[in-house]
Amino acid sequence: MGAVMLDADDLHVTFRSGGDTVKAVRGVSFAVARGESFGIVGESGSGKSTVLRAICGLAPTTAGTIRLDGTPLTDPRPASFYRHVQMVFQDPYASLHPRHTIDKVLSEPLAIHGFDRREERIEAALNDVGLGGDFRFRYPHQLSGGQRQRVAVARALILEPEVLLLDEPTSALDASIQAEVLNLLDRIRAERGLTYLMVSHDLAVVAHMCDRLVVMQHGLAVEELTREALAAHRAETDYTRKLLSASEGYTPAEAS
Amino acid sequence: MTPLLTVEDLRITFPTRAGPSEVVRGVSFTLGRERLGIVGESGSGKSQTGRALLGLTPPPGKATAKVLNFDGIDLKNASAATWRRLRGARMSMVMQDPKFSLNPVMTVGKQLLEALKFGAGETRAEARVRALAMLEAVQIRDPERVFRAYPHELSGGMGQRAMIAMMLVTEPDLLIADEPTSALDVTVQVEVLRILDALVRDRGMGLIFISHDLRLVSSFCDRVLVMYAGRVVEELKASELDKAQHPYTRGLMNCLPKIEGGVRPLPTLERDAAWAL
Amino acid sequence: MTAMTRREWLLSERPASRRQARLGQAYRTWLTFRSNWLAMVGLGIVLALILVAIFADVIAPYNPVIGGDLRTARFLPPLTGDHLLGTDDLARDIFSRIVHGSRLTLMVVVLVAVIATPIGLLVGTTSGYFGGWVDTVLMRITDIFLAFPRLILALAFVAALGPGIENAIIAIAITSWPPYARLARAETLTIRDSDYINAARLQGASSARILWGHVTPLCLSSVIIRVTLDMAGIILTAAGLGFLGLGAQPPQPEWGAMIAAGRRFLIDQWWVATMPGIAIFIVSLGFNLLGDGLRDVLDPKARK
Repeated sequence: MGAVMLDADDLHVTFRSGGDTVKAVRGVSFAVARGESFGIVGESGSGKSTVLRAICGLAPTTAGTIRLDGTPLTDPRPASFYRHVQMVFQDPYASLHPRHTIDKVLSEPLAIHGFDRREERIEAALNDVGLGGDFRFRYPHQLSGGQRQRVAVARALILEPEVLLLDEPTSALDASIQAEVLNLLDRIRAERGLTYLMVSHDLAVVAHMCDRLVVMQHGLAVEELTREALAAHRAETDYTRKLLSASEGYTPAEAS
Repeated sequence: MTPLLTVEDLRITFPTRAGPSEVVRGVSFTLGRERLGIVGESGSGKSQTGRALLGLTPPPGKATAKVLNFDGIDLKNASAATWRRLRGARMSMVMQDPKFSLNPVMTVGKQLLEALKFGAGETRAEARVRALAMLEAVQIRDPERVFRAYPHELSGGMGQRAMIAMMLVTEPDLLIADEPTSALDVTVQVEVLRILDALVRDRGMGLIFISHDLRLVSSFCDRVLVMYAGRVVEELKASELDKAQHPYTRGLMNCLPKIEGGVRPLPTLERDAAWAL
Repeated sequence: MTAMTRREWLLSERPASRRQARLGQAYRTWLTFRSNWLAMVGLGIVLALILVAIFADVIAPYNPVIGGDLRTARFLPPLTGDHLLGTDDLARDIFSRIVHGSRLTLMVVVLVAVIATPIGLLVGTTSGYFGGWVDTVLMRITDIFLAFPRLILALAFVAALGPGIENAIIAIAITSWPPYARLARAETLTIRDSDYINAARLQGASSARILWGHVTPLCLSSVIIRVTLDMAGIILTAAGLGFLGLGAQPPQPEWGAMIAAGRRFLIDQWWVATMPGIAIFIVSLGFNLLGDGLRDVLDPKARK
């Protein structure tokens, strides 16, 4: 394992609304090496997406530290943070502004961070995700779900980040489109040596995409596994085994 | 075995600015007292097919068929009164998201009783007993509490079970389940499917299970229809899915990532314009 | 480019430039709008109002302020001679007065829209986006303004500053913005936590940029619809103030003031008060129809 790119140490996230407190993440630690692809698997309410949101500052870090390249992150995140870390959201129908053309979606981050050669960069970004200049001046409603998710990937990549946070990037897509987007993400990581942190409820997707993964339940990390261990169904905990068997499809009744 | 439901040449058209667009183009099948899966991607017309069977094609859409027969009743020319008598009582539908299908300002119990009212003429107390029994049948551990609860007080899995209970409390002969589990966690999904499975086995209900998840459908259903662009491109036994002939079915199977590790990059589905013809 | 009609260029699914994309979008909206004939009637009325206001000097056959011969030309019924709508108690041509009055009506409408809409949008989006104490403070201020009945506040305002159309406009504008602020806030609350706003934050966009570039465009359409629908009420309030003698002052040909002046002769010379009333009715109806049509086109929630 190479140098650590991104690590969380005893991360806690607590939401307060009114009198209620919800402990979404209760002490999760992991370290992602530079160039590695790391997965977080869990069901709804496990806190997996909250971990991603805490990393990029959309959720409050109640306790613990998150370090990027060894430096603890400050709150609020400085603008330069977003040059290094970008995120792809789950639902491509919700993550693109309905009144902005693709061109505007891609040129805005360039304008914010004062990039030069904007025209070239936009063209290149669209080509990279397999869309081409034809799509540049369209609105999101003129695109299919898969094309929208490609735009979202292009938006994340246009600032040339080193870390990409992927929040269930294919769960809203059809199986055949999912394959295309996963292949795209895989190719881009290989080409650019990116570090991925991917959240999913789908064990098969994580097994395909990630070198290592952690299983979360009720805000806690239950188990950490390598891809090989997962492929061989060598799970230590009952919960992971239950997830594994449920992922295989329908089984008439519990054998036990 | 006489079929419970016979569908022949079902077509559904929606008018658009560029002229009428046919989203379902001649679907035919029969259903006995079995689990039939309809698989397809978004836009394949699978959900519209399910709705049309209940006469619920949203306007301005129009559904036509050569034959649409449910247990000897001709649905094609059914009056509004006939539909009312059938829907809920003899044929029901479970939707994807319980949040949108349960009335948010009514307790689950009240909605269950409401569903029963159109059934046999029985007292309120008897109906209540039946409703509670149904909640128990869908594996709700504390039926009394759920009976009194409002939908928002239930978790996703609980809500979906309450929804299924509501649809099944009248003991329909046909249940159409449109992605009944895709909003649920995988572990809850298995439990909900077991409930449906038991109902088909024990009560001899016919089940149409509509889903995009080929792997799930193939492990759950007896037979599978694969739909593409408004047509059934292949019909096969679920156990023989690996012997699928149609390139679309095979493509759908192959493009799924596998836990055991598979090919990288994943094989993608090359669509052939000829499939849609 | 080979033979491509303007329509094809506009409706192209593959726009080649920013301008084409924007124009194409506008053209599609227009096509939807055009299919609603009631909305087109509304648009026609509003456009007619604007044209009449611009060309009032050309259209009006007589001077709106200076009347004719007080011995022979008072209270002429409609269609007498070339007095299309008759004359009033000072022998002024009612048609000319209504035509010139359209300028005052249009001024009220435009100024109120220009003052109230931006205030409402700014307060509402800021309040909704930041939440917390900013929201509390701004919304309580809005509540205070909302607590005054519009006409009463306008009365108090005019009483303090003296009567006149300008003060009436200021008074109406000040009482008009709170509903827009509430509307914009409600819209902002629904989109504040959406993924595309989060995505903009993750791009490092400042709050001002998000508010202006991302939130406002989405609130704008519902606020515009609301403003258009409110126009009828605003015209009526201005007319009401005029009627009470607190808006436009004589001899200005304001429609409300004209009704007030004609009220005394309602039984015998009905046309003096009725004609400006019909004008108010038509213009209010026009704005209502236009607003309804805009809602069908612009409001995604009203769409199927």
